[in-house]
Amino acid sequence: MTYKPELLTTAGSIEELKRLMDAGADAFVIGEARYGMRLGGDFDPAAIAEAVKLAAPRGVNIYVSLNNLMDNNVLDSLPGYVRSLSEAGVNGIVFGEPAVLMTVRAEAPHIPLHWNAEMTSTNYRTAEYWGRRGATRFVLARELNMDQIIEMKSATKLQLEVQVHGITNIYHSKRSLVNSYLDHQQDSGRLEQLDHHRGLYLTEDERPGERYPIYEDANGTHIMSSDDLCMLENVHELLEVGVDSLKIEGVMKSIEYNEAVVRAYRQAIDAYMADPEAYAFQEEWLDGIKAVQDPNRELSYGFFYKEQVY
Amino acid sequence: MTTAEQTIPRYKGKRNRLDRPELLAPAGNLEKLKFAVHYGADAVYIGGQKYGLRSNAGNFSFEEMKEGVEFAKTYGSKVFVATNIYAHDEDIDGLEYYLQKLEEVGIAAIIAADPIIIETAQRVAPGLEVHLSTQQSTLNWQAVQFWKEEGLPRVVLGRETSFAEIAEIKARVDIEIEAFIHGAMCSSFSGRCVLSNHFTDRDSNRGGCCQSCRWKYDLHVDEEQLYDEEADPFTMGSKDLCMIDYMPELIEVGVDSFKIEGRMKSLHYVATVVNAYRQAIDAYFEDPEGYVLKPEWVEEINKAANRPLNTGFFLDTPGAEDHIYEPEEKAAPYDFAGVVLEYDEASGIAVIQQRNHFKPGQEVEFVGPGGRFFKQTVGEITDSEGKVLDAARHPLQLIRIQTAQPVKPMDLMRKRISKK
Repeated sequence: MTYKPELLTTAGSIEELKRLMDAGADAFVIGEARYGMRLGGDFDPAAIAEAVKLAAPRGVNIYVSLNNLMDNNVLDSLPGYVRSLSEAGVNGIVFGEPAVLMTVRAEAPHIPLHWNAEMTSTNYRTAEYWGRRGATRFVLARELNMDQIIEMKSATKLQLEVQVHGITNIYHSKRSLVNSYLDHQQDSGRLEQLDHHRGLYLTEDERPGERYPIYEDANGTHIMSSDDLCMLENVHELLEVGVDSLKIEGVMKSIEYNEAVVRAYRQAIDAYMADPEAYAFQEEWLDGIKAVQDPNRELSYGFFYKEQVY
Repeated sequence: MTTAEQTIPRYKGKRNRLDRPELLAPAGNLEKLKFAVHYGADAVYIGGQKYGLRSNAGNFSFEEMKEGVEFAKTYGSKVFVATNIYAHDEDIDGLEYYLQKLEEVGIAAIIAADPIIIETAQRVAPGLEVHLSTQQSTLNWQAVQFWKEEGLPRVVLGRETSFAEIAEIKARVDIEIEAFIHGAMCSSFSGRCVLSNHFTDRDSNRGGCCQSCRWKYDLHVDEEQLYDEEADPFTMGSKDLCMIDYMPELIEVGVDSFKIEGRMKSLHYVATVVNAYRQAIDAYFEDPEGYVLKPEWVEEINKAANRPLNTGFFLDTPGAEDHIYEPEEKAAPYDFAGVVLEYDEASGIAVIQQRNHFKPGQEVEFVGPGGRFFKQTVGEITDSEGKVLDAARHPLQLIRIQTAQPVKPMDLMRKRISKK
């Protein structure tokens, strides 16, 4: 089987989906906040069906995120939601917890399942545990490094999805931490005046210059990384070992930014696939990203070349 | 339901229906284990040398585990081991041996989050029960159903579940449910926090958590800092959980195991908190209709508390009053001062092992299992040779004092911290 890496990204709207398809994305993760975590925008089942109609003729896959930590209430509507995704013809469902796995197996066993428990998807043997229960793809935690990724790729037949670009979540609470703090400051109305998703961030005295975005939504409070992962220069290391899906996280970014990023990775992947031997990274691909990069957010290699202790 | 038909339930063991809930206590080392059991824990959970989430706790060797199991057995109590990391591939080497050793030394159950640890235990150490850790953040009945079908006899729920949600889970799935009832809490969903990884390159999901949620932050919007340096800073830090006011509700909703957090906590903390909950549970079962919360249980808990207390998610989603924005004060003005080793009834003299400085004239309290309690002023202190001391200065030093009432070995002595 010939290797064809997938360039996967996110979309917050049909408009963004169209533009990022044009920029070269092969696949998208979309969904709505009731079931999916940290999405760029809500796609209801009708919008998902529309997305599939737009994407399918171009060979582009639509995956739907159902990787929330779910409570009893969500379970009531979950089977119907999964059936609607099946009718829409989606190409995959992203799950983090067993209730979704059980529901998909019961309602739409033909839909491929991608296991993504965010920061707790940390080893391939556990991925294979979920594989034996139906998962076909393993979405790696961002805290793993390149050596671990390379080892996993040779150890498992499951598809591997690795985030190569964008913001990452570093803390998720069910609590309304921003509102609680504003209440404590007797400033309760303040959050209403602020845009919930843009502009709020934390700083810590020992880490000057680092800005950690924070926002609240129906799923609680999310704190995000102060830098943007960018593996463009070294994306060939992932292609060499055959990583199946390279993900660009587009949440909290403008469509223009995501277009520039998708375009850059598209160029790099196409150049590599055309002639792996002769492949050489081109600085101008990165320039396209740097031109739109928020100067307050560094581009970094994340945990790809780090050792952690514990 | 349709899913239940698809999967054949694999759990074949005879589940031990607890007629009263188990009181499950943490034990950071062998001594704490002994005190937790002595003060009334039906089971204790400990960490071994590997696979636990408290790499800084005084974790047990297999020899110590064996001794702990033997000790617990004399009280009819069990010992569980936390193997609750999310493993990386390099952690898996040695896992089978480790789990087999746990089984061999008589551990009753492991508390695991990572399915590869669960599955390996079921395969190589079938005598170990596997309890699903709170690190899986299990919040709904269908996920609980899944783990039951995977052969687990018990699920520790995520700390975000309310009374109503627990009731629904218990109504729908026949499985033991364990819930945290006391202690410090992650303010994030358990396991869904990598602040330590980002700030200090320490892996929180393998035991490296450096409690960044309790650090102080400033909140900004665009280029504006919302509150100045005089204001209380932003933090994610939560008050500690305390459910002593809700024992009948917890019992009646059907929670099978009441779990106290704190493998890093002191002997005094563990013994005091266990003592209070033990009395409350026993009082309820003695007379459910006539049960009343005794103020002394609450007072005792407050004497051990490290932080202000709240009820977590049991009643409602926590708000401003449930987080700690002001500078943290030590909540309890008491310090652990000594442990009773011996008591001579004829003379009324107790041999006490010193755990903190104390001296004649100081007011102290003696506490024993079941709520035995009295206060007294320290009189003459002598060492083992009978020499009079001006104070008990040395850690673990054995001293003698006259006690106002009879005491027993393993009773605790605490002192009031003098106001500065």
